[in-house]
Amino acid sequence: MTSSSMLRSGRGASERSARTERASLLGPGLLYVTAFMAVPVLLVLSYVVFQRGRFGGIVYEFTLDNFSRALAETYRVVLVDSVIIAGAATLLALVIGYPVAYAIAQLPDRWRTIALVLVVIPFWTNFLVRTYAWIVLLSSEGVVNRSLISLGVIDDPLTMLYTRGAVVVGLLYAYLPLMILPLYASITRLDPELREAATNLGASRLRTFRDITWPLTLPGAITGCIFVFVPSLGNFVIPELLGGGKTVMIGNVVRDQFLKARDWPFGATLALFLIVVLVLLFALQSVLSRRYSTGGPR
Amino acid sequence: MKALGWLRLPLALCFAFLYLPIAVLVVMSFNGGRSAFSMGGVSLRWYAELAGDSELLRSVVNSLLVATGATVIAVVLGTTLAVGLSRYTRSAALDAYAMAPAIMPDLVLAIGLLAFYSLVAMTLGLMSVMLAHAVFGMAFVVAVVRARMAQVDPSLEEASRDLGAGALTTFVRITLPSIAPAVVAGALLTFTLSLDEFVIAFFTNGPTTPTLPISIYSMVRFGVTPEINALATVLLLISFTVVIAAARTTRPTEVLDD
Repeated sequence: MTSSSMLRSGRGASERSARTERASLLGPGLLYVTAFMAVPVLLVLSYVVFQRGRFGGIVYEFTLDNFSRALAETYRVVLVDSVIIAGAATLLALVIGYPVAYAIAQLPDRWRTIALVLVVIPFWTNFLVRTYAWIVLLSSEGVVNRSLISLGVIDDPLTMLYTRGAVVVGLLYAYLPLMILPLYASITRLDPELREAATNLGASRLRTFRDITWPLTLPGAITGCIFVFVPSLGNFVIPELLGGGKTVMIGNVVRDQFLKARDWPFGATLALFLIVVLVLLFALQSVLSRRYSTGGPR
Repeated sequence: MKALGWLRLPLALCFAFLYLPIAVLVVMSFNGGRSAFSMGGVSLRWYAELAGDSELLRSVVNSLLVATGATVIAVVLGTTLAVGLSRYTRSAALDAYAMAPAIMPDLVLAIGLLAFYSLVAMTLGLMSVMLAHAVFGMAFVVAVVRARMAQVDPSLEEASRDLGAGALTTFVRITLPSIAPAVVAGALLTFTLSLDEFVIAFFTNGPTTPTLPISIYSMVRFGVTPEINALATVLLLISFTVVIAAARTTRPTEVLDD
């Protein structure tokens, strides 16, 4: 019931019953999010200022040691490395995803839907299976090496698995659909008349892209970059399976601090980095999308 | 198609990139030999092995139980929450709060839940995984149902109320039927996301209750066997069916449209 109908009916109990309705609809769901997300996340983030107990567990004594440890050489390298690897996967996804999303948007309706479903299907297949497929492809006895050797292109197998490149490819493969979908959404929202106008005014195709298409689809590109970068940054499975333990990312360290070293405060401190990056990216996105939201139809 | 021009090349390359690894797994699954990397004749032996792997089958059952429970919780709480958010508040902050579990990095949610379960001394097992999966499932249900609610005319609900129907009657007979496709889409989404979810389950499952992704993880870690190829093919077949069924009811980008 809306407030306007409440005013019209004018029954004495209606205000109270509306409040009950509101509470019974909103209450359970919001409580659930609070209990199973907000409280857990705040709890673990509170650990960053506490100490690890001798046998694991938390000693509630204030300390800033976790931060100085996280910024020491060993872990600084891991943080920077993780950003570089996740950034490389994101950049590749953007470079590959943009023309693909653009092409899909140009397809006739029927083919569009089919192309989108084809983009989504790999994303809905088990993530571990998709990662495993790259072991089969890239291993020294793998499909790629065998094919190249039997074709006579190479004599000895190339080392492709257990490299940083393999990790980047794995991340790219895992999250590429998350780049294509928001890009596609923002490209289809473009008003074609804007591009026609630019062409009619004598702009080259490159100029039209640079001054019209790209700025107007930038919000979609940023969303795509966040969707790829954020899960890539915290991933620990792909670095482990395709990096062979040689490529360590933040996710691996957090996992090990929680499940092996049982140093939860330190693990939480490294995880804080993931949250900070997420918040910064969303702030950037809201600034940029406000700046560019005035151009296209919506 | 003609309008594509040179764009045909990136499109073709992208689909090759997306489907080559999958195609290789499918071909390898019919391998008669022991190697996971090369074909040694064609056979169904790895499918037979798969069917006889009782531990793996148990983890499939675990996953189905978790996904079913998580879906029920997510659909009930998510649908009511979405209706409440659409009809009783204009708070963008509450909207964001309800959908936050969907964008929270899974690793952060996972360690948070582990810390929380340990604080309240909850035994880790299928229940702890199910409750965890329900929270992000619910966020997706809210997102999908909320989008649908925006298209439902509130005057229908008002008319029902003015004609004397109670809140529950109006919800069941007016609101629910008009958002039913979104509720079904949300349920499908939650179910498949839960079946596939690894990181949170990895942190919150009990020592004797692996879900399917956890079993796959240990299989992959302890060496590559052709059995995984057969398992991968079966899972692929299931995803293909589900995605195509879902695509017939909703647009694939619906969740991402803002």
